[in-house]
Amino acid sequence: MNTGNVSKTILMLALAASGTAQAAENETTDSDRIAAYREMISDGNPAEFDEMRGEELWKKAAGPNQATLEKCDLGKGPGVVKGAYAELPRYFKDTGMVQDLESRLLTCMTTLQGRKEDEIAAKPFASDKKASDISSLTTYVVGQSKGIKMAVSVKHPKEKEAYEIGKRIFNYRAGPYDFACSTCHATSNVRIRMQDLPNLSSNKRDAQSAYTSWPAYRVSQGLTRSFQWRLNDCFRQQRFPEPKFASEATVALTMFLAVSANGAKYDGPGLKR
Amino acid sequence: MNAKQIFGMVVAASFAAATLPAQAASLDAKTAEIIKRDFRDKGIAKATRVNQDELQAACSKYVDKVPTKLKHKLEAEQEQAVKWPADGKYMGDWKAGEKLAQSGRGMTWSDKPEDPAGGNCYNCHQLSAKEIAYGTIGPSLLHFGKTRGNTEEIQRYAYGRIYNAKAYNACANMPRFGHMGILSEAQIKDLVALLLDPESPVNK
Repeated sequence: MNTGNVSKTILMLALAASGTAQAAENETTDSDRIAAYREMISDGNPAEFDEMRGEELWKKAAGPNQATLEKCDLGKGPGVVKGAYAELPRYFKDTGMVQDLESRLLTCMTTLQGRKEDEIAAKPFASDKKASDISSLTTYVVGQSKGIKMAVSVKHPKEKEAYEIGKRIFNYRAGPYDFACSTCHATSNVRIRMQDLPNLSSNKRDAQSAYTSWPAYRVSQGLTRSFQWRLNDCFRQQRFPEPKFASEATVALTMFLAVSANGAKYDGPGLKR
Repeated sequence: MNAKQIFGMVVAASFAAATLPAQAASLDAKTAEIIKRDFRDKGIAKATRVNQDELQAACSKYVDKVPTKLKHKLEAEQEQAVKWPADGKYMGDWKAGEKLAQSGRGMTWSDKPEDPAGGNCYNCHQLSAKEIAYGTIGPSLLHFGKTRGNTEEIQRYAYGRIYNAKAYNACANMPRFGHMGILSEAQIKDLVALLLDPESPVNK
């Protein structure tokens, strides 16, 4: 059985399980069902297949330079993957920018491998038709921080500035519905329809558990989703235009959310409905 | 004024200096610049959507706690812009309203231009007791008409509130369904009926 078939089998089991749960108890929330599903597959998250794919890509010579990413500096020195995600985003001296994981992977893929940034950024997210290299690489890297405490720094002036700008983007209301991130994510114990919403601005526990459980395998989509994807889909539902992949706006917002999660153990890749 | 109060004022003043209003203003300006640069057209969601009107800008800047005077000014402006029904009637068909209330679609970049926007009501509010999949961002509207009656005054209030919630509360979470052209006059009337018609499931 190949990994694709394993994923599909697990997904079918999950749907069957959630269907049974739904029939048995109408008032069971999605969160309850997801918790039951998490328990059921606690021995293995389908995101592991994407982690494996990412690890292979990390070690494989690719691009015009036929180089691997094994010399990529994610902030803890060239090639150090372990624990790197728990300290991202951070300021990088070589680029003079604050970068999140995906923005930094873009730097490594272009500088080490000689790949073109706009080609990678044109289709950065996986679809059911095509996997995404940068997305799988992300899954691999985050997996190497599992169990490590989030410790994102705001010591460098640029890091502090990114945090402040991220906070402002979080509260930035615009578009036909006047929505900001804060419209749905600044109050505790509220939900949209049956979907519980984490309070990311004034509830430390919510902010920590939300941030440390992304990237995640989305059961409803059968795909592992990166944090950039998570932000992208939030902006879609906010009725905003599309944020550019790994742009300063998305990195700043990630900085604000990551700092809010500091102190919690990173627990991804996660598993979501 | 006692020594403690004076001390408090001095501390407050030095904190104000420490948070640097000038620095905050430059961060605001930088944020606006970044947002304008980093979002792009996708489908029906054009990049210009990030441009704020005065109300959106104020609610963002003050994180929904706008100073009272400005709040009242904004609310008055929003109220003046409400387009009331020309025929003076506020109630439509509650059945059409219920259908509209159920739909959470509309105006995202994955919606097509011809897709009609829904009312998104159940996303945030409880309405009919039969629908248990309701959100809780907004208050429960179950028995809205039953407890308030169905006078013309209440009808006008419900219409105005759906047309432009910001005329009543400048930084309300609720979208301005009429003001922003999300729903038509007829659709808003159907939602008023859903809230107020004695036959509506909201009032059963």
